[in-house]
Amino acid sequence: MTRLGVFICHCGKNIARTVNIEALREKAATLPHVVLAKDYLYLCSKPGQTMIADDIREHRLDKVLIAACSPRLHGKTFAQTAQRAGLNPYLLDMANIREHCSWVHIDGAEGTEKAFSIIKGGLGRLLYAEPLEPFQSPVTKRVLVIGGGVAGIQATLDIANSGYEVYLVEKSPSLGGHMAQLGETFPTLDCSSCILTPKMVEVSQNEHVHLLSYSEVTRIEGNIGQFQVTVRLRPRYVDETLCTGCGDCVPTCPVVVSNEFDQGLGARKAVYLPFPQAVPAVYTIDWDACLNTDKLIICENCYKDCEAKAINFLMEPQEKMVEVGAVVLATGYELMPVARIGEYGGDEYEDVIDGLQFERMLSASGPTGGVVRRPSDGRIPQNVVFVQCAGSRDPEHGIPYCSKVCCMYTAKHALLYKHAVPDGQVYVFYIDIRAAGKGHEEFVQKVMSEERILYLRGKVSKIFKSGAKLVVWGADTLSGRQVEIEADLVVLAMAVIPSSGSQKLARTLHIASDLSGFFSEAHPKLRPLESNTDGIFLAGAAQFAKDITDTVSQATGAAGKALSLLANDFIKLEPTISEVEEGICRGCGLCVSICPFGAVKMLPSTRTGAMVAGINPILCKGCGLCTAGCLSGAVTLKGSSFKQIFAQLEEMV
Amino acid sequence: MPEGLRVGYFPGCTLKTDARDFESSALAVARVLGIEVAELSRWNCCGTVYSLDAVNLMPRLASVHNLIRAEEEGFSEIMTLCSMCYNTLKQTNNLFTSKNNGRAAINDFLCLKPGYSGRVKIYHFLEFLREKIRPEQVKSLVVSPLAGVAVAPYYGCLLLRPKEIAIDDPEKPEILTPILSALGAKVIDFPFNNECCGAYQTAVHQEAVARRAYRIISSAQSEGADMIAVSCPLCHYNLSALQGLVRSTHPGLKAMPIVYFTELMARAMGLDYRTEIGVIPQDVAAAEARLRPSPNDPGREALK
Repeated sequence: MTRLGVFICHCGKNIARTVNIEALREKAATLPHVVLAKDYLYLCSKPGQTMIADDIREHRLDKVLIAACSPRLHGKTFAQTAQRAGLNPYLLDMANIREHCSWVHIDGAEGTEKAFSIIKGGLGRLLYAEPLEPFQSPVTKRVLVIGGGVAGIQATLDIANSGYEVYLVEKSPSLGGHMAQLGETFPTLDCSSCILTPKMVEVSQNEHVHLLSYSEVTRIEGNIGQFQVTVRLRPRYVDETLCTGCGDCVPTCPVVVSNEFDQGLGARKAVYLPFPQAVPAVYTIDWDACLNTDKLIICENCYKDCEAKAINFLMEPQEKMVEVGAVVLATGYELMPVARIGEYGGDEYEDVIDGLQFERMLSASGPTGGVVRRPSDGRIPQNVVFVQCAGSRDPEHGIPYCSKVCCMYTAKHALLYKHAVPDGQVYVFYIDIRAAGKGHEEFVQKVMSEERILYLRGKVSKIFKSGAKLVVWGADTLSGRQVEIEADLVVLAMAVIPSSGSQKLARTLHIASDLSGFFSEAHPKLRPLESNTDGIFLAGAAQFAKDITDTVSQATGAAGKALSLLANDFIKLEPTISEVEEGICRGCGLCVSICPFGAVKMLPSTRTGAMVAGINPILCKGCGLCTAGCLSGAVTLKGSSFKQIFAQLEEMV
Repeated sequence: MPEGLRVGYFPGCTLKTDARDFESSALAVARVLGIEVAELSRWNCCGTVYSLDAVNLMPRLASVHNLIRAEEEGFSEIMTLCSMCYNTLKQTNNLFTSKNNGRAAINDFLCLKPGYSGRVKIYHFLEFLREKIRPEQVKSLVVSPLAGVAVAPYYGCLLLRPKEIAIDDPEKPEILTPILSALGAKVIDFPFNNECCGAYQTAVHQEAVARRAYRIISSAQSEGADMIAVSCPLCHYNLSALQGLVRSTHPGLKAMPIVYFTELMARAMGLDYRTEIGVIPQDVAAAEARLRPSPNDPGREALK
């Protein structure tokens, strides 16, 4: 015989103001199986909890209903109370008579009646509740970091320095990402590569780090605590273990192609080191550019010049399997191509460049040796127009959001140009100045007031060529006039967009991304470092456009999240998940397509061998979509079974 | 020649008055290309100047009447020559095909049952040529190529904006290029080819329109254009008839012939399209002078 206890909370006046607690308690006491009905001013308080625990023991209650607030607020509190009293916490349920009742009713009689109906429903549901036990899963104490920019580097170092192994996978031949391309950083004008390269070296020297450069993650299986990852290592046709980084292979290479590290402004050979401080300091042969093919060796110049005998034209792609417990995603960003904005010339004018190209010009190791020169004729430009929000905040071009970093780096660009060409004239078109960071507003104000730079509030409508000059049409909304400027160079602060492979990776990893393609966080406010798949954490601009400071903070945070997972030998998982009754399942597979977490798979039945749905208990979040979707009613959500839900409804209506 | 290429034709007012040569040249070209152009038996004003007011549907009723007639006469596709007519008819038709439209309100107001369906497809002649006729077909009909003639295509705004009804990339229109190339002309790209000509400001602020005309014409000239090809009677008027006014402030401006693209097609195909009235003599004369092959003209060689 079930012995039910009902505890009604006043929540101060929150519930008691509308609901007649006394009447409610008296009515509840008359319900079937109820052996105890009590009320209290604050059930969540320590004396309140003690009272519940004592009553559970004293009255030998085997199921308890707490009529109070939402279980989102105090579900955990009362589950612990039950546990302390020796009651399985899944045999304690909550009836929400605050958010669902007293807060939305004015009339006391109506409110009391509704509260009673909610309690009746809760008791109906509780009658069919069964005890459940949380379960455990082991944790592999290694981490995979995808992306070797500053976010990936920071996360890798934080984890490795805590003594855990890290696999760092980077798509390009070297670590560094976009930060390695930058000249100086705002607002302090630190040399970007000077502060980054020591970290890159630290990665390469850390005994806990396995650096897999020129590689990509092609497959990931498993779940939090135990992921099986397949990494594809592209052949660099240079043996990493033999290459000394001397560069003797370069001079005789006959192929010259544009240098992606210099954003196409400079050139490199087919055999190349992306930049002098590259890590690993190993050369790579760009097979698409090289004269040789898989079938035919035409040119052996580099092979002949390599004393270390590191060149190997027969190298093939390799696959490497690694097992990790957690993943940090740090795949970064790229700039929206200028080609997508037809009115700015759509990439047809050499002297219309993007912010990263300007960074390369400003960099001492860049294609112009740190001198600002027009790409078309190499002259030093006298009139430079900077266009902020080129693509950003512009739904017409598909980018509704603010790219966040452009106001700051454009101010920095303007400043550095003025320092290099003091008699040059700079115009900056902006919509608003968004300089919300430590020292940011001060920096922009300084640039505006001290550097004789003309800030024009308005958008640029068109850029076209007129002889050797570029004509920029824009609006100055403060004076209400249209502006026409003859410029030598135009720098577009193009919108920050997710890096091109990120959508494919999101599908490989079964994680969600937003409409703009950035990886979605589990909660925008409270879980910004986690993806919606447990054990996969987010760092840097892959989650959204952000500057170096924020990127490093987030990377350290993501590393911390991974470490707190690795600190456990086992992870404890909620038992309120779906369960398939194999005898009823007809193997249609509908639930597989419904599940947003990839937790359902078709597997042969243990008894009959027929294909039936199987739930991965670690991936299942207990959302109930498969239970609702199953045409045969073969799937049950434990803790919210059909029996429980129907009993609750029957009692309420 | 494709079989049964038939299309309804909505002329609009200007094509029957000031722009008669536009119509006659287009019809002559269509005939040799095997396109049966069937003028609507009844039509009224297209509605002109599409209202930017999304709520007030009144100005669109004129367009709706034309669309209903097209459907009643059994046309699933109708074609315009005037860019303005194209713009107003197409935008109005979109009211009936897109979500959150004014279909119900308009049908109710006109007491139409079952109401206009939105099924008539609106083409501008340029768009029709692109979709149904290959440039090689045009080329095969050319008897006197425009070799050595530098033509700057000018699109204005009505074929390109708003972008929902654009017949080409609004920022980088190129739809005239294959046609002009097929005629043997040198196509001149210039940055003002999608700028506004000044439109109806010509009725009230002629100086403002003249300023625009100057910039458009001088830009084309500086890129080496011998003439400007247009597809809109209003652009034609603003760029050609206002050249005198332009010269009062910019006396140095060389005369720039403004021609309809169909006139160039007809001319290259050796078709006689000239009507008696509605021509703007100095323009045509200037264009003719440029088009007449000189003894040393490479075009003459090509003809042999």
